[in-house]
Amino acid sequence: MARQGTSPEPVSAAAPVVALQDVAVRVGGRTLWSGVDLRVGAGEFVAVLGPNGVGKSTLVKVLLGVQPAHEGRVRVLGGAPGRAGERVGYLPQRRSFDASLRMRGTDVVRLGWDGDRWGVPLPRSRARRAARKRIAEVIERVGAAGYAHRPIGQCSGGEQQRLLIAQALVRRPELLLLDEPLDSLDLPNQAAVASLIGRICREEGVTVVMVAHDVNPILSRLDRVVYLAEGGAVSGPPAEVITSETLTRLYRTPVEVLRTSDGRLVVVGQPEAPARHSDRHADRHTGRDGGPA
Amino acid sequence: MTSPVLLAAPGWAPALGQPFFQHALVAGTGIAAAAGLVGYFLVLRAQVFTGDALSHVAFTGALAAFALGASLRIGLYGGCIAFALLLGVLGKRGRADDVVIGSVFSWILGLGAFFLTLYTTSRSAGNGNAGVGVLFGSIFGLSSGQALTAALVGAGICAAVLAVARPLLFASVDEAVAAARGVPVRVLGFVFLALVGACAAEATQAVGSLLILGLLAAPAGAAQRMTVRPFLALALSAGLAVAEMWAGLAMSYAVPKTPPSFGILAVATAVYGATFLRKPRGRRAAAAANAA
Ligand SMILES: Nc1ncnc2c1ncn2[C@@H]1O[C@H](COP(=O)(O)OP(=O)(O)OP(=O)(O)O)[C@@H](O)[C@H]1O
Ligand SMILES: [Mg+2]
Repeated sequence: MARQGTSPEPVSAAAPVVALQDVAVRVGGRTLWSGVDLRVGAGEFVAVLGPNGVGKSTLVKVLLGVQPAHEGRVRVLGGAPGRAGERVGYLPQRRSFDASLRMRGTDVVRLGWDGDRWGVPLPRSRARRAARKRIAEVIERVGAAGYAHRPIGQCSGGEQQRLLIAQALVRRPELLLLDEPLDSLDLPNQAAVASLIGRICREEGVTVVMVAHDVNPILSRLDRVVYLAEGGAVSGPPAEVITSETLTRLYRTPVEVLRTSDGRLVVVGQPEAPARHSDRHADRHTGRDGGPA
Repeated sequence: MTSPVLLAAPGWAPALGQPFFQHALVAGTGIAAAAGLVGYFLVLRAQVFTGDALSHVAFTGALAAFALGASLRIGLYGGCIAFALLLGVLGKRGRADDVVIGSVFSWILGLGAFFLTLYTTSRSAGNGNAGVGVLFGSIFGLSSGQALTAALVGAGICAAVLAVARPLLFASVDEAVAAARGVPVRVLGFVFLALVGACAAEATQAVGSLLILGLLAAPAGAAQRMTVRPFLALALSAGLAVAEMWAGLAMSYAVPKTPPSFGILAVATAVYGATFLRKPRGRRAAAAANAA
């Protein structure tokens, strides 16, 4: 079967949207992962997987430029991370608004449109009409029109999630960073939101990097997955990475990947919480993508 | 000169001819507008407690200035802004932390009492009222120069709040996304705290340090109950604060023995209370949508 790291990179003529080279990250004096290599081409759909606390959200923060990389080189949309502004759309993990927040869903989406500009919006300006049009369009696109005019604190977790996806999309980003967007959704809604994100990726050519807890709702749409483990990572097409051999090698513990009759993957034996051996990280470039296996 | 329709009512008309009332109106308008705008964000960011703490700092700062013979303005503004920034440093991400505030709160108040004692014992007994003046304000005792300064400072605070309003709104409701989009969340937190400090110092002259909180919280709270549109609520908060200021001043002029601070806050509280009589807008709209 595939040796990790040898999967051919999809050839994209243009510069990759995301490029990580031998990146390591330290949080609170502890190295979460290191030796991570990743190239994501334009229009690809990538999932970031791994157990709780392994540093998936931290990887997203590195791509946003909010968390500096300790080692290695990070490029996002051809520049240093954090420089791309509205060309990157971001959905943070598990965010919910206070029930007493007196602001409508449309207002929250609107913040994604021009919330970073100084001053106050002028009433009846042309910019305002353009904003309205785009906001209505994106709210329609995510299927949130029914509740976008309610105070967002009174919307359910799933409704808020859709509005926040609209917020991330409103500026037509080239790269979408979604941190567990299917969290707090029931199964039908997981499927609906996953297919929505897949459509946006395919039809609008948006590159999607999505942290997920369960790969199944998005499995059919994925171009590649990144599996993070303490120390290292593997990345490649799902069929090559989500296998018993690769994951066993990555986690250094027997992991079994089962395929159900309907094509779903079940990963058994994956460590749920990473062991805290930060002192050993240096000699553990286990799953180093792109390196000799 | 401001000539609100409200005050054109016959009973209040003579007030407009009185210089002390004109000064109060000029200063009060600037102070109220600033308090309304700052208050909206205080309520939105759940930082009302910060405003409360800063009002106590205003008390202590003013009395320190009296006791040490320094200018009142330096005591008020210096104390409030420095303390506001200190709260930001001690708290997380440029936001004051409730535990930090709680810990220094009573100490600040005690310090104020110390300066009060120092002042009343070291100077002539005639100054014993200073503490009362600081606590309850003295808006009817402003000179034209003081009134103009108060109005200008108020206008400056308003301009500053409006200049940062949109990114501050983003940072207040959606910090992580705002930071990812390049909004300087932490710097804005400090700028906002400094503005709250300036506003508390400024408002002390009008309503006194004890009652500032009412001017910061009541109009903003009412505005948020009346509309779910953020910028409309911001404007409404300022508008309500100014209207309440005018009504309060008129009331205390018309009804003898009513101190202006009481008049202003009585009106502000009444308006806030009145917003509970009707269902908030959003819920009503939702109810209508559900019924349809
Ligand atoms: N500011 C911080 N200071 C210290 N440690 C932190 C900080 N932020 C995160 N961590 C730690 O870094 C590790 C990775 O956090 P991260 O949020 O990236 O995990 P994750 O993979 O997204 O987990 P989950 O699946 O639960 O979302 C965790 O162990 C967390 O405790
Ligand atoms: Mg996470």
